[in-house]
This record gives sequence, structure tokens and C-alpha cells, in this order.
Amino acid sequence: MLRYLFKRLTSLALTLLVASVVLFVTIEIVPGDPASFMLGINAQADTLEALRAELGLDKSKPVRYWQWLTGMLQGDFGTSYTYKTPVANMIGERMWISLPLTLFALLISTAIAFPAGIYAASRRGRFGDAAVTGMTQLGVAIPNFWFAMLLVSFFAIKLGWFSSGGFVGWDQGLLAGLKSLLLPAIALALPQAAILTRVMRSSLLDVLSEDYMRTARAKGMSKRSAIWRHGLRNAMIPVLTILGLQFSFLLAGAIIIEKVFYLPGLGLLVFQSIAQRDLIVVESVVMLLVFAVVTVTFLVDLAYAWVDPRLRTRS
Amino acid sequence: MALSSFSINTNMKHFSRGLRISTAITLALASTMTMGNANAARTDITVGMQLEPPILDPTGGAAAAIDEVVYANVFEGLTRFGSDGSVNPALASEWSVSDDGKTYTFTLHQGVKFHDGADFTAEDVKFSLDRALAETSTNAQKQLFANIDSVNVIDDHTVEIVLLARDGNLLFNLAWGDAIMLDEASVDDAAIKPVGTGPFTFSNWVQGDKIELVKNPDYWGEPAKLDKVVFKFISDPTAAFAATMSGDVDTFTVFPAPENLAQFDADPRFNVLLGSTEGETILSMNNQLAPLDDVRVRKAIAHAIDRSAIIDGAMYGYGTPIGSHFAPHNPAYIDLTANSQFDPALSKELLAEAGLADGFTTTLKLPPPSYARRGGEIIAAQLREVGINVEISNLEWAQWLEQVFRGKDYGLTIVSHTEPMDINIYANPDYYFQYDNVAFQALMGAFNTQTDPERRTVMLKQAQKIISEDYVNGFLFQLAKTGVANAKVKGLWQNSPTQANDMTGVYWED
Repeated sequence: MLRYLFKRLTSLALTLLVASVVLFVTIEIVPGDPASFMLGINAQADTLEALRAELGLDKSKPVRYWQWLTGMLQGDFGTSYTYKTPVANMIGERMWISLPLTLFALLISTAIAFPAGIYAASRRGRFGDAAVTGMTQLGVAIPNFWFAMLLVSFFAIKLGWFSSGGFVGWDQGLLAGLKSLLLPAIALALPQAAILTRVMRSSLLDVLSEDYMRTARAKGMSKRSAIWRHGLRNAMIPVLTILGLQFSFLLAGAIIIEKVFYLPGLGLLVFQSIAQRDLIVVESVVMLLVFAVVTVTFLVDLAYAWVDPRLRTRS
Repeated sequence: MALSSFSINTNMKHFSRGLRISTAITLALASTMTMGNANAARTDITVGMQLEPPILDPTGGAAAAIDEVVYANVFEGLTRFGSDGSVNPALASEWSVSDDGKTYTFTLHQGVKFHDGADFTAEDVKFSLDRALAETSTNAQKQLFANIDSVNVIDDHTVEIVLLARDGNLLFNLAWGDAIMLDEASVDDAAIKPVGTGPFTFSNWVQGDKIELVKNPDYWGEPAKLDKVVFKFISDPTAAFAATMSGDVDTFTVFPAPENLAQFDADPRFNVLLGSTEGETILSMNNQLAPLDDVRVRKAIAHAIDRSAIIDGAMYGYGTPIGSHFAPHNPAYIDLTANSQFDPALSKELLAEAGLADGFTTTLKLPPPSYARRGGEIIAAQLREVGINVEISNLEWAQWLEQVFRGKDYGLTIVSHTEPMDINIYANPDYYFQYDNVAFQALMGAFNTQTDPERRTVMLKQAQKIISEDYVNGFLFQLAKTGVANAKVKGLWQNSPTQANDMTGVYWED
């Protein structure tokens, strides 16, 4: 197990290093000068030079890459060109919205998908199965931003139960905070729940036809307890994979939902920073997201090994 | 966007039938809950804005959103713009000009304090202007101060500005947000913690979300009527619509989706505020790039454009046609739209005259705003009618600045020039449309040193004519200010002489 862990950790570090180079190069070759963007169309040449020097943009690219990398290792993500505040603080603030939103959405999505998937698999071919499968079809087909707009028009404009967007701040209390994240979390969760339900169902169906399941039934175990005792654990691997992917997707991919609900999260920050050529922010946030994705993949790998002991020895 | 808001409306109707009862209960509950303060007028307001300012120091960046939050609210200059575009006294109560026109002596208001408690004195004027002029200055409008030779403190409340040459624009230049007065002690943090002299003090900024200002109880002038102003940043037009409809935002001083305005107008809960802006929206042409260097070709393009189709199609009818680079609400404005009337037949004749009977191909590079993207498609279709083929490319602002504005690598582009009174950009041959006319440059040179208002008006009229008759650019329309506000909110600016949301006189009607 220790060797397995070490191997996985080394590959994690290497992935991050390669990602940092690719990221830096890609973002630096994007056309558009941050100083010009900030100073607009009337800026004089000497003003632009002064600002470039102030931002450190006059240094060579390798030097800036090295400063960025070593800074990040020490927890210093640099200072935003446009906002003039430390990037680490900005990420920290946004994280308090993006992370709870992601976890909230993930919670809703699993709370729907697990029972629905198990139910559908155990009623294979019957009406309940068809109903669940039909619903998931709909869930996958509806774009989440459109669904989000429906939620807003009904619950915010029509009923006035929720505000149409924005985040009240955690200082207003846990309940108020969760309330302002509820609609966005539902909008994010439903399409994910639909996918997860389908994966859960098909994975469980595969397992149900395995020999050991038949043996369990032959021993006299009821269908239900055979699924709970033997089926679920074996069906979890594909489900965990999808869950891991969904976590990364939700954390980084909530841009559109954050726009619809004007939530100041990480997605919106990346979006704004790209338009404003706030390169240092884009680089640092994307690097952080890469880190999150790689770490989640790593954790999912560990979870595989935990769920399926065969994997520990094989690798 | 039109499609998405349509779907919202139809769905709302469906829902409403089944849920009338629960809505009634909610409304009843809501009304009992607000009963307590139903009689007192509200003293706070939430103002929606599409873009968030990157920083809050107007002397450190060009983003219009900076002024939209702090101009006249947090920061003040020696002079300021009124809602009609006039230049009025602000921190300077009065001024006198020497006979040679090169020395301005300003008398400052007494008893003015910065929000950190420091006194505002002549020293602060000298510090602020010297800082804008300095070599290391990162002021986006440094050219405003180019004619200042020195700033001298006479006594605590008198300051003298000595100019290099006579200048008719000084008082106007000092009214810009880029010329506001700062306290030296607060300069380092001004980007995130602005300290000014205005009727509101900065209170809180949740980046990406909102900025809060509160009333300054020690304001030297007429105090603000509101206790609190929240600027809320909502970039998505559909979200802006939802936030306004649900009452989460009380006003959008520039509503991002003109297609929704008719709906707000029909709703008694809202007022639509239509006014003028300083935004001349033009089809800029690269005057040095063949065949656009030929005035006949530029004239052909000008006559090939149907402005009313662009205003209707791209702006849902909001906008005033212009025939030169000048705002119609300005007293010196003359209507020159006749110079470039929609006349495709004449366009074809002119092209044939220029040896381009078979037409030609050029580029049309469009920045992100919808006036450019939508207007660009319409103009491309209109130009195709006379044989001019344009290749459209959509650029982000940063790319546009690099390729079009600095690189001058373009044939045509559409952009709204929102700076007030900016006709003098045509006197700069290095400006991105590269118009080089010695006579015009001489006229602007004379204008800048002229201080007599009547002579200045004559010169401005002349200037409008020259660029109109030279067909420097395709002059399209003056951008309209299209605001939406809760019907009970009073005192908002109808027009937009500078990009600002002056909240000083805003209040709620009972």
C-alpha cells in the first residue's frame, strides 16, 4: 500500500509541474497587454511603461515563470494586476462560495442519484425503471443555465421566496448562506444527478449478473440484502470515477451558473480575469483548479484501492 | 437573449395559473412583514452595474466602472460635471484667470475634510496634480494635465495653476474623474480603500459581488439624502433582468439589454430613464489603408449605411443618428446627417469613380459590446449591397486594443467613443483611424488656446463640418442612456455627461 501511495504521489507532483509549464506558456502567448487594457485608449506611452514596470511585466518570461512557481510553493500567488490585491486572498474569498456550492450540489446530486439508480436497477424492465430512465434522459437534455433561469423566474420573480441571485455572505448565518446557494446548487445538481443515476443503474445491473450475486441469492439471501451486502460495493468503482469527475467539473465548470446567479465564485473570477488580461490571476486560479482535479483523482484512486483490495496489489 | 427572456415569460404564465393561491399567501405574508416600515421612505438603494471596477482609484485606471462608483460620491475635484454636462465649481468655490490666460487662481472651500479626518488644503491640490503629472504616474488620462507647468500653494485655501500656454479646456479637464483630489496619506491604499471628500464614504467591497458606500455625516456641502448605497455587479443581461424584476436591484442606470426596456416601460412598478450620453458610436475607418485612403471610397461607405436600420436592429430603436463626431445635446452641435444620407446608388457611383466598380474586400473587427456585434452584422449586409465585402472578426477588448487601436491592423471597426468632448482626437495623426489633416490640426490648436466661449462654439462647428465632409469615419449614432429604476426612486441622472452615478440627490418617494 505504501509503495502504491508513493508512486501515485510522484505522478501527482510531475503532473502538476508539467501542467504549470503548459499553463504559463499558453496564457502568456494569448494576445493582449494587461497594461493597455487597464489604461484604456488615451494612455500615453510613458504611462504604459511606468505601469508595466510597476506590474513586473518588463521582466523576461523565464524569470516571471520562476518567480510565479517558487512564489506558489511558498503560498504566495502574486498580486492581481487589475484588482491590486493578493491573488491568494481573492481565491480564498471566492473559495468560500465555490467550494460550498460544489459540495452542496454534489450532495443533492448523490442524494437523488443513489436511491434512484438502485431503485431503477432493482426494478429492471418494469415501469419504475422506465420512469427513472425517462427522467434522467430529460435531466441530461436540459441545459443547466436554462433550468437555472426557470428556477429564478419561478421562485424569485413569481413567488419571491428566494433572491434572484447573489450571495448574502456567511456572516449572515449558515442558513441564510445555504439559502442563497440552494437554487444554484439545484440547477447544478440536476443534470449531474441524471448522469450519476444512469451510471449507478448500469453499473449495478452489470454486477447483478455476476456469479457471486447468483451464489448469494442461491444461499437464500433476499434480492434486497444481496444488493446491499454484495452488489453496491462492487458497483461503486464507476460511480466513484464519475463522482470525482463531477467534483472537478462542478468546481471549475460552474461559470455559467455563477453568471446566471451572479455569484462571485472562482468560475466568474477566471472569466473576468481572462477578459481583463489579469494573467497572474488566471494562471494561479487555473493552477489551483488543476491541483484540485489532480488531487481529487488521486483521492478517487485511493478510494478504489479501499473499495477493491485487488487494486492495491495489482499496481 | 431575446429568445431566453421570451421563454421565461411564457413559462411564468403557465406557472401562474396553478399557483395563484400560494402566491396570494406569500404576498399576504410579505405585506404583513413589511408593514412596520411601510410609511417611512427607504434610505438605502441597490444600484446594478454590468461591470465591476477593478480598483476604486480613478487616477489609476481607465475603466469607466471606477468613476461609475466613486465620481461625485466618494471623490471630488476642483470642478465637476453637472447632469447637463456643464462644468461647475466643486472643491474650488471660485477662481480667477490672469490677463495672459496662463495663471488660474483657485479659492478652495473652507472646512472640507477627507473621510479619514484630515483637512483638505491647497497642499492636497498640489500633491494630487503633481502626482498625476509625475514621470511615474499611471494616470490613464495624463494628457489632461500636459499643459500644466506648475502648481503653487499660495495659502491654505488658495492655489495657483500656471500653464505652459493659454488653455480653454482647463476647467473642463479638472472636472474629469482622473483629476480628483486625494489625501497623500491614503494614496497607497486608494485602489482598494478610497478616501475622498465626497458625500459618501467607502464602507465595504466584496470583490466580484458588491461595493457599499455610506453617508458621510460631516460632508461640507449639501448632504446626501440616502444613508447607504450598494453597487451590485451583475454581468449577465438575463440575470440583470431577473434581479430588477424581483426587486433585488432598485435601479440599473444603464440597463444591459435594450430588448427588455419596452417590458419595463409597460410595468407601472418601473421607470425607464432615456437620456443622452457622450458616446459617439462610429464605424471607424483606417484612413491610411488602401482603398480607404481615398475619400471617395469613404464617402461611398458612408452613403451605403442605413443608420435607422442599425439603430432599430442593433439598439431596438434607442439612439440618435449623427453626421459627425459630436454629441447632439451639446449647444455647439450642428446636424450634418444630410452629408451621409442612405443612398446606395450614389455609393456605387462613387466606387466606380474610384476605380472600384467591382467592389473590394476589407476587414471589420468588432469589440464585445452588443452595439458593435449586432451593428457589425447589419453594416456588413448593407455594404455587401454596394459590392463591398467585409470579413468580420470578433475580438475581446484586450485583443481589440492591441490589434486595432495600437497595431492599426484593421480596415473597419465599430466603437463608441464615450469620452466627453473628444473631437480633438481627429487632430492626432497617430490615432488609430490615422486621419492626417493639417487644417484640422491647426483649427484644434487654435481652439485649445481660445478662451472666449463664442469663438470656441464657432470653431467647434467648423471642426464638425471638416471631419464630416472628409468622411473620416462612418458616423452612426449617439449611444442612448437607457436606465431602469423602481418608480419610487427619484433624483437619478437622466443623461450621462460623464460615466458616473451621482447618488447625492437620489431619494425614495413615500
